[in-house]
Amino acid sequence: MRELSAGAVTEAVARLCIRANTHLTEDVTQAIAAAREAEDWPAAREILDRILENDAIGGGTPICQDTGMACVFLEVGQDVHITGDLRAAVDEGVRRGYADGYLRKSVVADPLDRVNTGDNTPAMLHVELVPGDRIKITVAPKGFGSENMSRIAMLKPSDGVEGVKAFVVDTVEQAGPNPCPPIVVGVGIGGTFDQCALLAKKALLRDMGSHHQKPFYAELEDELLEKINALGIGPQGFGGRTTALAVHIETLPTHIAGLPCAVNINCHVARHQTEVL
Amino acid sequence: MARQITAPLTKEAAASLRAGESVLLSGTVYTARDAAHKRLCALAAEGKPMPFPIQGAVIYFVGPTPARPGQAIGSAGPTTSYRMDAYSPTLLRLGQLGMIGKGRRGPEVIQAMKETGAVYFGAIGGAGALLSRCVKSAKLVCYEDLGAEAVRELEVENLPLTVVIDSQGNNLYETGRAAYLAWRKQEK
Repeated sequence: MRELSAGAVTEAVARLCIRANTHLTEDVTQAIAAAREAEDWPAAREILDRILENDAIGGGTPICQDTGMACVFLEVGQDVHITGDLRAAVDEGVRRGYADGYLRKSVVADPLDRVNTGDNTPAMLHVELVPGDRIKITVAPKGFGSENMSRIAMLKPSDGVEGVKAFVVDTVEQAGPNPCPPIVVGVGIGGTFDQCALLAKKALLRDMGSHHQKPFYAELEDELLEKINALGIGPQGFGGRTTALAVHIETLPTHIAGLPCAVNINCHVARHQTEVL
Repeated sequence: MARQITAPLTKEAAASLRAGESVLLSGTVYTARDAAHKRLCALAAEGKPMPFPIQGAVIYFVGPTPARPGQAIGSAGPTTSYRMDAYSPTLLRLGQLGMIGKGRRGPEVIQAMKETGAVYFGAIGGAGALLSRCVKSAKLVCYEDLGAEAVRELEVENLPLTVVIDSQGNNLYETGRAAYLAWRKQEK
């Protein structure tokens, strides 16, 4: 069995926290540039130009001041043995990354008492066991301007695809200018209450504009994007075509009595970075 | 061309601004977000003075990232404003004339803006690196224990903003979207 020290996980998480907050992946930058070309409203084009200028600054300055809660996704191979405390190793990585990268510490220890933990821990950690002897680590810092605009609905089976469409579009319309449009829309359909929300979050990790493997859902992604971009909200909510850059749907089997639907909204600073150890 | 304006604002300057207008703001602004607003309103409730001059003040809803050595400030874009809706009317009635943030404001804030002649500016959300370049210096005013949420006095130069809601209550979030949709309908 392959052995891997928890310290290696710490180092990778620290690197990924810094990289994710200071570099967008190429697919995100290209999606914004493509939206700028397709935008037909001059004021909206100006805002998209400013966003592209912001994203190209580099030099270690975080793209957005809300460097988020550190959402960490681990796919752990069944044939790797981690020596040390994995949970503690991930949190130590967040602690180091947020200190060394001059990132904002945005986590309070208790949701009602609200005292800042001072080091952006704990990570929001998701661990999945997979075949193999590697560990895939994805860090997705999540800002709360967009997180606060996310919603879940336990729809009825009779609501069907029309109910899903109405809920997704209504969620984006209610959010309006608040989540820093243009946004990325992660949609989870199916599963249980908890798994549905997780699906919506995982949908945000996909490459921009990639599609669900089933043609039905791939077409639904395109249809929803078109409907959202007909709302007229536009970049920053000042009007325009570009309200969303992409709609990503993820699905799971569900119960005979249910049709859970979750919408997780991300802003245009759609951050995630991955390493495989 | 964007119009140049100066902070603190005068009543006349605030009254002349119109929703949809692009401006470049220079001068002194104060940072405050959720936790600082709560404390400022607690002071107001006790009749105590504000920790900075509130007359004509422009408050920027921002919690910047820590400055690297040699930088005035880290990334410094706006946070979502509706979370300050519970507090803004109190500060507006004390003399504050400008707010910088992003996102919708509630009717009670817009009512207070109309009464006091105040303006709500939008900065580009998610463009914190770009906006930080307009901050020439940052000095702690109070509430250091709040970390990123402490109140800081910023000297800004040509901060690019859009007037979202003016002192008459005109709202770009409504008019901008309506204008685009009307144009789009006509085109098709």
